[in-house]
Amino acid sequence: MTELRALAEKVAGWARDGEQVEAYVARSTGTTVRAYRGEVESLSQAASAGLGVRVVSGGRQGFASAGTLEPEALSETLAEARDNATFGTPDDHAGLAVPDEVEPASVDPWDDALAGTGTNDKVALALSLERATLDGDPRISGVRTAIYGDGMGEAAVATSTGIAASWRSGNCYLSVSALAEADGETQTGHGISVGRRLDALDVDEAASDAVDRATRLLGSRQAPSRRLTVVFDPHVTASFLSIVGGTLNGEAVLKGRSLFAGRVGEEVASPLLTLVDDPTDVASFGAAAYDAEGLASRRNALLDGGVLQGFLYDTWSGRRAGTASTGSAVRSYASTPGTGARALAIVPGTLSAAELLAEVGDGLLVQGVSGLHSGVNPVSGDFSVGAEGMMIRDGATAEPVREITIASTLQRMLRDVVAVGADLEWLPGGTGATSLAIRDVSLSGS
Amino acid sequence: MIDGEVLQRVLGVALGNGADFAEVFAEDRSSSSASLDGGQVEEVTSGRERGAGIRVVTGETTGFAHTADLSEAGLVAAARAAASAARGAGEGRTVVLGPAGEHRAPDRVVRPTSVGKQAKVDLLRRADEAARAAGGDIAQVSVGYGDSHRHILVANSDGLLAGDEQVRTRFRVSCVASGDTGMQTGNESVGLTMGMELFDLRSPEATAEEAARRALVKLLARPAPSGTTPVVIGPGSGGVLFHEACGHGLEADLVGKGASVFKGRRGELVASPLVTLVDDGTVDTEWGTAAIDDEGRPGQRNVLIEDGVLTDYMWDFLRARQEGRGSSGNGRRQSYKHLPMVRMTNTYLTAGTDDPDEIVAQTPHGVYVAKLGGGQVNTATGDFVFGMTEAYLIEDGVITEPLREGNLIGNGPEVLRTIDAVGVDFAMGGPGTCGKDGQGVPVGLGQPTLRVPALTVGGTAA
Repeated sequence: MTELRALAEKVAGWARDGEQVEAYVARSTGTTVRAYRGEVESLSQAASAGLGVRVVSGGRQGFASAGTLEPEALSETLAEARDNATFGTPDDHAGLAVPDEVEPASVDPWDDALAGTGTNDKVALALSLERATLDGDPRISGVRTAIYGDGMGEAAVATSTGIAASWRSGNCYLSVSALAEADGETQTGHGISVGRRLDALDVDEAASDAVDRATRLLGSRQAPSRRLTVVFDPHVTASFLSIVGGTLNGEAVLKGRSLFAGRVGEEVASPLLTLVDDPTDVASFGAAAYDAEGLASRRNALLDGGVLQGFLYDTWSGRRAGTASTGSAVRSYASTPGTGARALAIVPGTLSAAELLAEVGDGLLVQGVSGLHSGVNPVSGDFSVGAEGMMIRDGATAEPVREITIASTLQRMLRDVVAVGADLEWLPGGTGATSLAIRDVSLSGS
Repeated sequence: MIDGEVLQRVLGVALGNGADFAEVFAEDRSSSSASLDGGQVEEVTSGRERGAGIRVVTGETTGFAHTADLSEAGLVAAARAAASAARGAGEGRTVVLGPAGEHRAPDRVVRPTSVGKQAKVDLLRRADEAARAAGGDIAQVSVGYGDSHRHILVANSDGLLAGDEQVRTRFRVSCVASGDTGMQTGNESVGLTMGMELFDLRSPEATAEEAARRALVKLLARPAPSGTTPVVIGPGSGGVLFHEACGHGLEADLVGKGASVFKGRRGELVASPLVTLVDDGTVDTEWGTAAIDDEGRPGQRNVLIEDGVLTDYMWDFLRARQEGRGSSGNGRRQSYKHLPMVRMTNTYLTAGTDDPDEIVAQTPHGVYVAKLGGGQVNTATGDFVFGMTEAYLIEDGVITEPLREGNLIGNGPEVLRTIDAVGVDFAMGGPGTCGKDGQGVPVGLGQPTLRVPALTVGGTAA
């Protein structure tokens, strides 16, 4: 890490008078093992490194990146970014981050044990994941993919305006997709487990989740169109949250692309809903001491009891909005920073998943959605996605359904939340999600 | 990019444990982009990625490692890592590479690297002005330009040595229109496997006007109805339906794992006799076109379904080898950091014999989809979902009111079987990026006007 920081500081130190320079350098390694039919189908060892250089000069910004940290690439990339900076429109708000008073939290989501784990243990996990899934139920006809994966990364950012920060993170996961077959019909179900070290991964949980999700869809059919209460399971809630997070992005708000522009302080959601973006919470897989511009991470409340508290900003959007960065810059070495949620989470309620179904009584439990990227318009708020799951009758799950869509608008769905589960689950991407009950959603089917 | 003798030595190291097959895929990609938002040219960026991925296959096991270090030492280290991941045992062997098959972009391609950045920025401004000129209700305009210039080199232990130069250019305009009913969006993008001459074929103004028109039309749109209805899909973008709903199920890796509704059905009637589905990596300058795939095999035109009968699947090297046949040129990868797998190129449904106007006139009521957005499919069940980005009601055989966004949901094999009209008006759609197992690759799509007698529309109407 210190070596990466020194490299970033070196490039930032090449800034000329009247010019700001930022260097972002990153290095990562990862292993992916795919098991198939009791053998290793593939084992990939990845190692990447690269740098991105941003130059701001006369209010204009330029950027260039290279997928290497070789010495000559540093100066070449800076020269290219400098040249690119001559073509932009001058912008009074352009400029790199400057140190603010926020102290970095002591989060270091890294585990030496994971970094030191040998390949054999990883292979064994992938193989046992496939085995456990195949053994989970006689109707399981195969496993499409059984994967062990991990990633460990370090990054550093330095600017000629006084930023110098570095951080690292590591995590690992199991992911399995099961095929269930009965009466000539095939269904699929997916299970995952994520952690920061191998012993945090739960093979049986990932396998049984995939098995349950696949087998319970056997015999599913379309349900008749109607309006009803839906219950999202935590994975589906997480997908929904990623869209909501986009509408709370300060850059989208400034550019007239958010339905929440100008509504801070208003009640925009159910009083049951409290939403935070908190990368200082080490439980989140998005945890890091710094954001991608080198500012300390902080806890940002977005919705508190349904009331809109504010938006997320990086340096540029914060400055342009007349406020300041919320430490919400995200990027890879090959891109300029943008604004984004890093560890978006719902504050859990008090009902267990079963209690929540009992409370709903009659409705639809959604276990999977599809077409989210084409079916949700974050500007107009129109929301229509494919869904599969189980009908809820008398407070318990009943027959399985598929080939239906559920639709509403984001604005209405947020207001129509009638229950929040206690079943908080931390998922890849840093999201913390619970079960969520939403009333008055249209189901389109037969 | 890498000397032939070095490649032979690296392949020798990769085979050192007695592996069956080894391959070096090297890539040098330069890209640039420029974006404009709210009248400001926000960003001009450029990037360079260079490296090699080494694949070693022993029996059914593949080992893979990649490196950004193209020196012999760097390549040898990656070859050792890949070989140890594939864990062969036994004798190595010497590789003799055949003559280099070298392709390059045609001379008529204006390489993006030969064009000044100012020229690219000017394209953004022209589009911005044209979109704003479309009407007072256009509240926001954003424009994006992007190009990539990619050299690839593939060498493998069968003696194959091939290289290619691939140039792609893309342009996108997004508009937000604001009216009494709230905000609506309209997008249009164009992209071809060519250089800056793309803009001689399709001016930035034309792209901008199309995006603005879509946003303005939607201000007048009413919520889409929900339920099952006949759907007529206009030419071009509807090809995405066949990419998702059928194409993925015809990829040999998914078929081989039993994760496809089309497994074991070659020679069977799986679609209406009106349907001929083709995947074709050789279509002139389309977005998914390339002289060779990312395993060094020439692109091909592959007929997947002919007059309703399933004729073949799509193959990469590994799956084809397991079946004792040749690759169909469908081995593709996102970059040197990724393993290749079976991927589509340009997938399209061929033209039929019906008059498109007649197809609409003979549909008493239903939905006309002028533009389909992205979609998703479960290949095991064939169930799919797609966004409609421009759609209208059909009433008494006439296209009437515009509809707001909604989804189409259905089952691929069922749609294939029930298509009851196919128009003469074939067209390719816009550039697409296909995602599979986390890897994105450029793909093309196309289709004539066609009718599906019953599809579920998931709208937001009460």
